[in-house]
Amino acid sequence: MTNAVAMHELSPAPAQSANRPHWVAGRTKTQLISAALLAALAVFAIAGPLAWPDHALQDLSRFLEAPSAAEPLGRDHLGRSVIARLAHATQLSLVMAVLCVSAALLFGTLAGIAAAWRGGWVDSVLHGLSEVFIALPALLVVLVVSAIANGDLWTLCLGLALAQWVEYFRMVRARSGLLLAGPAVEAAGLLRLGPAHIMRRHLFPELRPLLSTMATFGVGSSILALSTLGFVGIGVRPPTPELGLMITEAFPYYHEAPWMALAPVLVLTTILIGLLGLRSKESRA
Amino acid sequence: MTISTAEPRTSSRPAVPSAVATTARVLGRRALQAAGVVLVVSTACFAIVQNLPGDIAFRIAAGRYGYDQVTAASADSVRAELGLDQPVWLQLMDWLAGLVSFDLGNSLVTGASVAGELGLHLASSLQLAAAALVLALIVGTTVGALAAARPGGLLDRLTTVWVSAARALPPFLLGLLLILLFSVHLGVLPAAGHGEANNIVLPAATLAVGLSGLFARVTRDAMAQIRQSDYVRFAATKGLGNWLVFLRHICRNTGVTLIAYVGVQVLVLIEGVVVVESLFAWPGLGHALVHAIFWRDIPMIQAAALALALMVVAMNTLVDLATAAVDPRPRHKEAVL
Repeated sequence: MTNAVAMHELSPAPAQSANRPHWVAGRTKTQLISAALLAALAVFAIAGPLAWPDHALQDLSRFLEAPSAAEPLGRDHLGRSVIARLAHATQLSLVMAVLCVSAALLFGTLAGIAAAWRGGWVDSVLHGLSEVFIALPALLVVLVVSAIANGDLWTLCLGLALAQWVEYFRMVRARSGLLLAGPAVEAAGLLRLGPAHIMRRHLFPELRPLLSTMATFGVGSSILALSTLGFVGIGVRPPTPELGLMITEAFPYYHEAPWMALAPVLVLTTILIGLLGLRSKESRA
Repeated sequence: MTISTAEPRTSSRPAVPSAVATTARVLGRRALQAAGVVLVVSTACFAIVQNLPGDIAFRIAAGRYGYDQVTAASADSVRAELGLDQPVWLQLMDWLAGLVSFDLGNSLVTGASVAGELGLHLASSLQLAAAALVLALIVGTTVGALAAARPGGLLDRLTTVWVSAARALPPFLLGLLLILLFSVHLGVLPAAGHGEANNIVLPAATLAVGLSGLFARVTRDAMAQIRQSDYVRFAATKGLGNWLVFLRHICRNTGVTLIAYVGVQVLVLIEGVVVVESLFAWPGLGHALVHAIFWRDIPMIQAAALALALMVVAMNTLVDLATAAVDPRPRHKEAVL
């Protein structure tokens, strides 16, 4: 019996999955659909601003124009092309979210490893700081930081990164504390393989799956925080299109032009559903 | 703060620490956290003042003597009087000292005392948060308990969908949806306002929808696990009725998990409060904070941000104390995450 199982494991994978490309194999249907949705949005975010380059061009005689072949989503209350604004807003949201998460991920991970590695006062200071930030709602941090400078993009980015670094820090600190105390790292230390080797071969492979899951959710919450800021009116400054801001602007005209409000809502929910689906832990197909 | 890392020595203590010692430890840790929060938020507000465009001395002089009386000389006298020519770190010390003596200053927009306005905002925010939390707990635990009774059943699967939907639908979109449905199309509930009993329904429901889904999920998972435990089977074997097993064993043990989870969700609740208050024009701390940031009303920004952050610490303290009371088993090493 055990022999048969072993033979089955040794035999080449079934033909069906062998024909599939490497990145498809082992993914659930939900994950593939989510990836396709996100890819479509990414194409829209990259190609959209090229196809409709001017999002600020006004034509007040055409305000609230219904969708047509030339303007798939019509025009807004100031006669601006909705699809051009939507494309620029999607691009802005995605780029900003990726930048914020990268900054938070980099700083949180480095600080976490530093705290676990050095211990002592480095650990005490960083851990104390993280205790403070864990009590601050992310939105509060972003709001206060955005008040320091007047809605510049980089301050928003800094605020979001500042709000998010804590979770990466705490996770990395806890995990690397365990790993660094383990026998593998002790052996590597005795062999004098150096800190770079330990980070690359012992810490990074263990941390990577967790970090990528957290980063996926981080992108989602960054996009959400950005659009929430735009929605309450203190985010990106008005002429720049932003998803939350577009929803606020379109809401008074909901009866006359529902497509104007629904388009940004649809993009926002698609991004969030896509990111959620990508990380869904359903039974594997 | 360092208590959680200093676990080896605590094992030499008596096995069950007294309730007083636990309470003191929780309060001490949270007090340190609160002090850190105050320091960080207040320093950030000081940075806003330092970054304001223009010379603050001219602004204050204009406020005091009127715009036609502002000269370089009057600005200089204001600067000398208020110590604005001192180095930045000395000014920061003064700023923090003012905070320690509970002097929150006056609003730059209305001129009223910030402390007085803060009381009103705090009361309405607490009212909203409490209503949402109670609603979410009642709905979430009921649905969770029913779903746990039949794992894999219709209600169980519906809960999963509900949790995913709530995560994909941010509070401000959910609020807009509810306004469209109940205020615009059905016309049964007011979209905004404060003071009448039915004003709170929509904001609280907006907050509760997302939270109750999460609570339902946690309740369901905890209950399904506890139902299979040895002590529940033993209780049933010794002849206790279904209701008694449910009340005495399942409910109480689910409570331990659920209370700890409420602590995790406090941040989500407070973020939701900020958004939902702005959406429904509910006159609470979040609404005040957003308006203060819009007008750069720094004393109000500081007060509202401090109050919101301290609300999180206070709620977490309550959760810690409740956990210690419900589950007195000693915890040497607290979860780091």
